[in-house]
Amino acid sequence: MSTAVETLQPAAARNDPVVSVDDVTLRFGGVTSLSGVSLAHQRGEILAVIGPNGAGKTSLFNCLSGVYVPQEGRITFHPSKGKAVSLSGRKPFKVNQLGVARTFQNIRLFNALTAVENVKIGFESRQRTGPIGAMLGLPRARREERESDERAFGLLEFVGLRGRANDLAASLAYGEQRRLEMARAIATGPELLLLDEPAAGTNPSEKLDLERLIRRVNVELGLSVLLIEHDMRLVMSIASRLVVLNFGQVIAGGTPQEVQRNPAVIEAYLGAPETDGEGGSDAARA
Amino acid sequence: MTAQTEERVSRAAWRENESLRRLGACLFAAAVLALMTGATGSSADPAFAVTHSLLRPRILVFVVLGLALFALIEGSSRYGARLRTSLAPATAVRKRFFGMSATRYGVYLALLVLAIVLPLIVSNFWVTVLSQQIGIYVVLAIGLNVVVGFAGLLDLGYIAFFAIGAYTTAFFTGYPKTVPGQISPLPIHPPIHLTPFEVLPIAIFVCFMAGVILGAPTLRLRGDYLAIVTLGFGEIVRIVLVNSDNVPIIHKNFTNGPRGAFGIPHPSFHIGGFGYTWTLSQREYYWLLLGFILVLLFLFRRLEDSRVGRAWTAIREDEVAAAASGVPTVRFKLLAFAIGASTSGLAGVIFASQIQFISPENFPLLNSILVLCYVIFGGMGSLPGVVAGAAALIWLPNILRDYVPPQDRFIYFGALLVVMMIFRPQGMIPSRRRARELELAEGGIGGADAMGGPAGGAAR
Repeated sequence: MSTAVETLQPAAARNDPVVSVDDVTLRFGGVTSLSGVSLAHQRGEILAVIGPNGAGKTSLFNCLSGVYVPQEGRITFHPSKGKAVSLSGRKPFKVNQLGVARTFQNIRLFNALTAVENVKIGFESRQRTGPIGAMLGLPRARREERESDERAFGLLEFVGLRGRANDLAASLAYGEQRRLEMARAIATGPELLLLDEPAAGTNPSEKLDLERLIRRVNVELGLSVLLIEHDMRLVMSIASRLVVLNFGQVIAGGTPQEVQRNPAVIEAYLGAPETDGEGGSDAARA
Repeated sequence: MTAQTEERVSRAAWRENESLRRLGACLFAAAVLALMTGATGSSADPAFAVTHSLLRPRILVFVVLGLALFALIEGSSRYGARLRTSLAPATAVRKRFFGMSATRYGVYLALLVLAIVLPLIVSNFWVTVLSQQIGIYVVLAIGLNVVVGFAGLLDLGYIAFFAIGAYTTAFFTGYPKTVPGQISPLPIHPPIHLTPFEVLPIAIFVCFMAGVILGAPTLRLRGDYLAIVTLGFGEIVRIVLVNSDNVPIIHKNFTNGPRGAFGIPHPSFHIGGFGYTWTLSQREYYWLLLGFILVLLFLFRRLEDSRVGRAWTAIREDEVAAAASGVPTVRFKLLAFAIGASTSGLAGVIFASQIQFISPENFPLLNSILVLCYVIFGGMGSLPGVVAGAAALIWLPNILRDYVPPQDRFIYFGALLVVMMIFRPQGMIPSRRRARELELAEGGIGGADAMGGPAGGAAR
């Protein structure tokens, strides 16, 4: 799919990828879910992956986050400090500790824990207190506990859930759960945040909140964001670049304007030459 | 939280009065000083120290000293401030212990006092039940609670670690080959002779390692499969103990087989001039176990509310999400397994030296299942729950002894379990988190683990 990569390059003026995917192929038995997918996510940008259902978007995410191991190809993560590392074949928790955090399409919070405890799990995965320190209340354990408390409340403030810190995750409204899941992912201190359909199932006002939040995560926290989303209006407004997948292959890439004009995309995905945001999202849901 | 605190402040404003509190601290310090400088008690009159120090006229000297200190703090501008700051740690300790709600504190205190005096007021039969059954099995239940309750792993071979702890004690309380004329509990000789208390850290370490060795290859399995593997492990350990009295090829007797190990010494300690040796009397064993239980409760309570405990909850709730949040799931599961195993080993050490004779018959599969019953009955993941569960379920067959034919006792036991699981599946004293999980699972939200509800482990 070298042609797809070439179409991507002009859009990205700089070449400082935070993650690069090279010729990744993933098969399940006889079914090829991803075939020769390549893309480069430039540091600091919001990159959206779009495509019809079954195009392989979530498979790509699962490869990036270590859930699946692709049979062919390389996935390389370039941390801002230190050497580039391969992500494929690493355990999910290892991928997270390297600096790639994710959310899930169907929200997966720890429902019996409170909002703040959910976020603390994220921070604490980077801490070092062992069982002995925790049992005896050694100074480091106490310091780390205090730290994770402070930072968790700070992060809840950031996503606008400060007032619901002590509520059970399961009792939050849908949009709040989405934001909490993002907070938990951000808490793990990533450089790259993978958002799997963050706006799915949210109402228009929640969507606006989310859009604002994703922008702030990108600008204020300086995280690179890779996003799967079906809502075209949201994608077109926040993504700096798009990659379009269809049948496991990259069929187009570029700025939202370029993608909207791309005949291959219109044919394969948007379905009609006249496109506007709403029409696109309807096509995607169909 | 804040509202609660405010309410308490208004209700007992005098308690929040700084001066009064300092007066209390001064008098308390005086009393401690009086006790420390006073006579010590003896086994004939344990309360002697208290009556002698606090109820004799000499206490007045200390009260005057305390009041003088108080006057100095309140009156002197020069030394007062400095003394006040040096009293701050004492205030912090007071807050720590009295910070929880008064009723709760009162209930705990009353239960503790009851637990301490219990062997003095019940018959000898019940003292034996308290020490040999309830005491030991409460320790076991607290340990299994870490595995099942905190981390959500189903362990059916838990009693194997108990056996390993007991046999480790039998081994190390023997005598080295170089010491002639002494009879060892096992036909094999340890490098050094140790007392049961000295074996304690070794047994804990051995069981920790046994937990890691069993856990490392098996913890990748989910709920039901893990249960089968651990069940197998429990039986393997027992059968190895039974059959190692004549190991083929080397023709050596390691464990005395079904005859077991006998003559394990009672524990004793000697520190400086102070020493104590436990004897056949069960009351002292009960207090020893009570001490261990309190320490374990204290430690595990903290563990539950720490980074480690939260990581366990996360794994139990949703392993995929936990891993995606950077929690090293296998390592934490291994840790839970090993901590549970070492607690079991600790119980094994005390058990071995308490009854002095152990054989593989002490460690059947049934006991693994019983401990699991205690944990589930009491309330998985809840420390007060598992203590209450173990105590209640051991009390029941023993009290039934007087009322029903002996072979019928477990019918009632089983019936109680069935009724409990139908009407109160969360257990006697459910843990806050577990109760929520069960509610959510019934509502179809979230995945409880194999132990927790309809969304079973293997299906996930």
